[in-house]
Amino acid sequence: MNEMIVVQDLVKNYGEFCAVNHVSFSVPEGVIFGFLGPNGAGKTTTIKMLTTVLDPTSGTIRVNGHDPTREQKQVRQSFGIVFQDPSLDDELTAYENMDLHGVLYGVPRAERHQRIDMLVEFVGLAERKKDLVKTYSGGMKRRLEVARALLHRPRILCLDEPTIGLDPQTRNHIWGHIQQLSKDEGVTVFFTTHYMDEADRVASDVAVIDHGKIVSHGSPADLKQRTNCSNLEDAFIALTGHAIREEEANATDRMRMMGRAWRGSGRR
Amino acid sequence: MKAIYILCLRQLKRYVRSPARIIGSLGQPILFLVALGFGFRSMFARAGGGNYINFLSPGIVSMAILFNAVFSGIEIIWDRQFGFLKETLVAPVSRTEIVLGRMLGGAIVAMAQGIIVLVICVIAGFRIQSSILLPLAVVFMFLIALLFAGIGTVFGSVLQDMQGFPLIINFIIMPIFFFSGAIFSANGLPRVMRIGLQLNPLSYGVDGLRGACSTVFAYGLTTDLAVVTVLTALLLGIGSYFFSKIQL
Ligand SMILES: Nc1ncnc2c1ncn2[C@@H]1O[C@H](COP(=O)(O)OP(=O)(O)OP(=O)(O)O)[C@@H](O)[C@H]1O
Ligand SMILES: [Mg+2]
Repeated sequence: MNEMIVVQDLVKNYGEFCAVNHVSFSVPEGVIFGFLGPNGAGKTTTIKMLTTVLDPTSGTIRVNGHDPTREQKQVRQSFGIVFQDPSLDDELTAYENMDLHGVLYGVPRAERHQRIDMLVEFVGLAERKKDLVKTYSGGMKRRLEVARALLHRPRILCLDEPTIGLDPQTRNHIWGHIQQLSKDEGVTVFFTTHYMDEADRVASDVAVIDHGKIVSHGSPADLKQRTNCSNLEDAFIALTGHAIREEEANATDRMRMMGRAWRGSGRR
Repeated sequence: MKAIYILCLRQLKRYVRSPARIIGSLGQPILFLVALGFGFRSMFARAGGGNYINFLSPGIVSMAILFNAVFSGIEIIWDRQFGFLKETLVAPVSRTEIVLGRMLGGAIVAMAQGIIVLVICVIAGFRIQSSILLPLAVVFMFLIALLFAGIGTVFGSVLQDMQGFPLIINFIIMPIFFFSGAIFSANGLPRVMRIGLQLNPLSYGVDGLRGACSTVFAYGLTTDLAVVTVLTALLLGIGSYFFSKIQL
């Protein structure tokens, strides 16, 4: 099968701290791939590198056959993304946000307008599409971001916790559509989530990452079997432990780094 | 090309939608116009300088453009914090197009503010000597706007957050304004300061604008135009370069 995302030996260091530590995996075309891991595991960092906005320290990436560090344009054309953090322009209307996206992605005018109307309808925002985004609720903004990621018919969807803040109805509705896209059009989906039931339900393949390293990789059923657990949440905890991830280690790391920087410049 | 247009349009929409910002950023130039213009008017005339409002107004217009243009570049930091920057950085268009759209939009906004200030100056008594040179005044206003949108873009691309903002305003932008000949002429200044003025890019913008309004250029029209054009082209390049290096 055609591999849409191939990651080999990917490393990202922030100073001394290693956020992504020799990660390798691949995602075949049309597969819904869940990238799971506790807070701070390195999921978003990996997505940033896949999507051309962060250069890896080392390792190779192929997205739709292209290298994100050199063939940015081809890679960017291949995917649609929902970021973990907000990414809308609050001072524009929903329609204007969508339209701007369509223009940036070179969607021809007639198709653009037709698809925008279809998609705002799909996420239940048709009535409010002329309102400024700053008047939207958190969940409405999220829905708009999902709709926007679909606008240019990407071959790959990168969804970083796409369902945070969405009610169960919307969540089901949106996943239903995405599963349909993957089945009918062979769209590849790379997503992260902290809802293990969601991952269990929609992902055909999952990788669990912890402290920047992949600790397990396979279908949800494989993972459950390997850990002798009846559901994915238990399997996840069996794989990554009970400890709550503190940012403390990080904060001290950063302090240490800063200290070094100071001392370094002092000596000069 | 379409990307440049749509991102420029975005800046303009944001501008016309925030009357608070439009009015707010008029405060400083009006304050300077009234306080300096009326405060020093008689002293300036007694010293044989002529009509101070006529001298000062192009400087005040330049000030409005300077601040708004730099601010438009620094807005990159806001877009980074509010998240919209990501949306443009993953789009399949070159960073050059993105940043050109931003700088163009920022420059047009800055120029619009400059024109509003110009009108206020005229109301306060500013007299433009020659209407033939008026298009030239617009050219200078636009070049100043682009030049400083470029400088603002460098700051906006390099800084991660707003912590450095006061530093830039107080240690770079304010000095650029004060030592540009916007509020006093270079004649009779100590030598060191005169050289300082000659090294300041805004000096040539102010002089060009003042010349276009009064028909008298201190550095000469060709010099003004050449210096500002070359620097604007340079800064557009440097701004684009720094913007293209942004990582999230
Ligand atoms: N710009 C940065 N500078 C320094 N450290 C960073 C930076 N960005 C991320 N990190 C660190 O890298 C690690 C991985 O972060 P990342 O955002 O990839 O985690 P994540 O798996 O997406 O977590 P979450 O589930 O909380 O979203 C974290 O420890 C984080 O503190
Ligand atoms: Mg994350």
